[in-house]
Amino acid sequence: MKVFEGLKFSRKTSIIHFLDPRTKFLVSCVIFLISLIFSELIILSILFVAQIPLILLAKIQREWSHSIRGGAFLIIIILSTNLIFGYISNNFQLTSRLLIHSIAMAFRFIIITSSFSIFFLTTSPDNLSLALEQSHIPYEFCFAFTTAVRFVPVLANEAQTIIDAQRSRGLEVEKGNFLKRVRKYIPLLIPLIVNAIRRSLELAEAMESRAFGAKKQRTNIYSLKIKKADSIIIISSLIIIFLAIYSKFNLQIPIIQIPLLPP
Amino acid sequence: MIKVENAFFTYPSGVKALEGLNLEIQDGEFIGIMGENGAGKTTLVKHFNGLLKPTNGSIYINGKNTRETTVAELSKNVGLVFQNPDHQLFCETVEEEVTFGLKNFGFAEEKIVERTDWVLNFLELERYRKSSPFILSGGERKRVALAAVLAWDPNILVLDEPTIGQDYLQKERLRQYIEQLNGQGRTVIIVTHDIEFIAECKPRIIVLSKGKIINYATAKEALTNSENLSKASIFPPQIAQLFTQIADLGLPKDVIDVYEAKVLIENLLKGGKRNEGV
Amino acid sequence: MSPAIEVRNLFYSYPGAEKHTLENINLVIERGDFVVLTGPSGCGKTTLCRCLNGLIPHFYGGKFNGTVIVDGLSVKDHPISALAQHVGFVFQNPENQLFALSVEKDIAFGLENLALPRAEIIKRVKWAMKITGVTELRENAPHELSGGQQQRVAIASVLAMNPHVMVLDEPTSFLDPMSSKQLFEVIQTLNKETRLTIILVEHRLDLLSPYAKRIIVMDEGKIIADGSPRSILSSKKVFSLGVGIPKVTRLYQLLLENGVSLDSPPISVKELERELRRRII
Ligand SMILES: Nc1ncnc2c1ncn2[C@@H]1O[C@H](COP(=O)(O)OP(=O)(O)OP(=O)(O)O)[C@@H](O)[C@H]1O
Ligand SMILES: Nc1ncnc2c1ncn2[C@@H]1O[C@H](COP(=O)(O)OP(=O)(O)OP(=O)(O)O)[C@@H](O)[C@H]1O
Ligand SMILES: [Mg+2]
Ligand SMILES: [Mg+2]
Repeated sequence: MKVFEGLKFSRKTSIIHFLDPRTKFLVSCVIFLISLIFSELIILSILFVAQIPLILLAKIQREWSHSIRGGAFLIIIILSTNLIFGYISNNFQLTSRLLIHSIAMAFRFIIITSSFSIFFLTTSPDNLSLALEQSHIPYEFCFAFTTAVRFVPVLANEAQTIIDAQRSRGLEVEKGNFLKRVRKYIPLLIPLIVNAIRRSLELAEAMESRAFGAKKQRTNIYSLKIKKADSIIIISSLIIIFLAIYSKFNLQIPIIQIPLLPP
Repeated sequence: MIKVENAFFTYPSGVKALEGLNLEIQDGEFIGIMGENGAGKTTLVKHFNGLLKPTNGSIYINGKNTRETTVAELSKNVGLVFQNPDHQLFCETVEEEVTFGLKNFGFAEEKIVERTDWVLNFLELERYRKSSPFILSGGERKRVALAAVLAWDPNILVLDEPTIGQDYLQKERLRQYIEQLNGQGRTVIIVTHDIEFIAECKPRIIVLSKGKIINYATAKEALTNSENLSKASIFPPQIAQLFTQIADLGLPKDVIDVYEAKVLIENLLKGGKRNEGV
Repeated sequence: MSPAIEVRNLFYSYPGAEKHTLENINLVIERGDFVVLTGPSGCGKTTLCRCLNGLIPHFYGGKFNGTVIVDGLSVKDHPISALAQHVGFVFQNPENQLFALSVEKDIAFGLENLALPRAEIIKRVKWAMKITGVTELRENAPHELSGGQQQRVAIASVLAMNPHVMVLDEPTSFLDPMSSKQLFEVIQTLNKETRLTIILVEHRLDLLSPYAKRIIVMDEGKIIADGSPRSILSSKKVFSLGVGIPKVTRLYQLLLENGVSLDSPPISVKELERELRRRII
């Protein structure tokens, strides 16, 4: 379940947590776009380095490193497929450009993962839903969205509860080799599905008992306001993305050359 | 035997639930654990079958460190009934709930049938044998959870709030059964807020507060120590309250049992003359 | 003004069940009353409560016959969400009714649905958190609370909606004695000051009986006794049914069996103490 930790909101107080979700979403999108526009290692490295202070400011280094470690497998796949296919299509020759490109692609993945993991780790689903609501998206949709975002940890929790109940009555799930253990998890599946359905019925029962759907328009206890810090960040992000697009077409970006390899 | 050695437990969220517990529970003891909401009672008993492992310190069950074994193995000896039956039940019928443990522990077919019949009868669940546990009433569900554990008759029985949703007759039957098991040498541990139930069971009592043990004494001592109890948000049982109030009439203070109370008061009222005569 | 609750010739059976779970219930509860509903496990208390806020028949279906009128509204003809503004319902299992990501948000949920102004929501949420003692847990996730803490949040979330009638299904089953007492006191205060009508399901009557004005006992889907706490608790029939009467009342009964008759059956420690002192002097 560690992989999901990089997407699970962690309630902390930091400047980043304090920012409006829309601001953060914009920043994540800007980072995402820039990393797509450029495939040069230099730019991607700068982008990566630029994210580090954000992660530290948000105090989410632990969760972030979990999500990167969770993605390590994918990073290796990206790196090796780029290398292998490049190598083959390059007439079986390893060049500096190929190596740099493959590394850049892996970097791109890390950057995109990090930028969205910063967003989800520092934005409570409540605020996320609020941001959607305030963008005049119908409440039913916002509700469905937040419920879906929340569903992963809820399901994980539910699964844990059932496993605990089963091993407390003698089902051995901690021993044996991988295959055996996987087989042991099968009794978990049906109750998990049944429980998920039952839970959603209970949820509906509880929600209706608290007047869910009584009024067309509902209010929200919280409200989001674009603060000064938000405005500054939004404007800078827009400037940065324009600069990036401009330089992509008008500037020559230096290429790194790895010694001992042909260019 | 259960041995808790300087156990600390902190939830991933950072809540410190147990703060350095030391405890020894011998085989055949009867223990009641009480304490305010959030005191750490559930957290503690989940350590007894290994569902939780202490963040610091150790727990030994029959000499075995819970870190070095599995929950399934521990459960053969330590049967845990969860506080919330919804966390414990997952089968499609009441009968399957009961047989689940029996099958895992490798009981013979006849034995499974015999134990299932017995426990469903005992907890008045026979007519729900084929029903889904989830359409039962709150109290009935709690009894299914109890049945699922009583079925394999573990040596150490840990009941987290067994009386929730139970009427007096059900509680009385449960109490008698617990006493019977305890008489046969089983260790029984109950966690409860039900002070009147505890006063009838009279186990040895552990008072837990804010993750620490603040009293470990006989029922009589613990339940009449109102100052200590109040630290854990508990009042003494009614009979104890009464006898504290009327101590000036020359009656003992440490009375918790209604039958004992009856004899004392009867003597006080009827024997008022007898007393003068002496 | 109509009574808070009026139930006439109510029969109900769950879908697929052959037997009636509720059988010919007739009941009138006046506004501002404090009623305790008790009876053996499985006798239909929760089922009756579900009829009072419309979960039965709207959510559960089944065969529903008779009339239930709550706060002037016929339950059959109004959706649950409309009834929810009149009747607050605290469920038997606290965990099932909490779903938001934080305690504060959970308590605000009902008020948000009613589209109250934000300032009003904040005010009421604060009040409800204070009165139930969960202010410190404001930011916590409900599913990471202990059972008792969850129960308080559930109660707060209903109190915040300021209903006229409040139905509480075993609201203290997970609470420690001190918190149970505090809860009863809060409910009593609301009952006295705002004439909030209370219907409370409970098995343990020792703590509760001093607060109740009326106790209704059910058995096998029927109401079998209804009256003042004193008359109900001292009834032999009620005790033999398995209703958990206070220990002091039990003591009175035991003394009576042994020929020691006190004036009237006590329902609190204080009363018995007073009576004993009177007898000694
Ligand atoms: N899954 C969890 N995650 C984080 N914190 C938890 C979790 N479960 C319990 N806690 C916290 O740990 C503390 C001890 O909880 P525990 O459930 O052991 O209390 P308890 O004594 O059983 O209380 P109660 O009588 O209310 O059931 C509480 O402060 C509670 O909020
Ligand atoms: N959803 C349901 N579907 C079918 N039958 C049900 C359902 N809920 C409850 N029952 C049955 O209806 C009867 C009454 O249940 P109810 O929950 O009203 O009892 P209760 O008096 O609240 O008991 P407790 O004190 O144990 O909570 C029980 O026999 C139960 O098995
Ligand atoms: Mg607990
Ligand atoms: Mg019920």
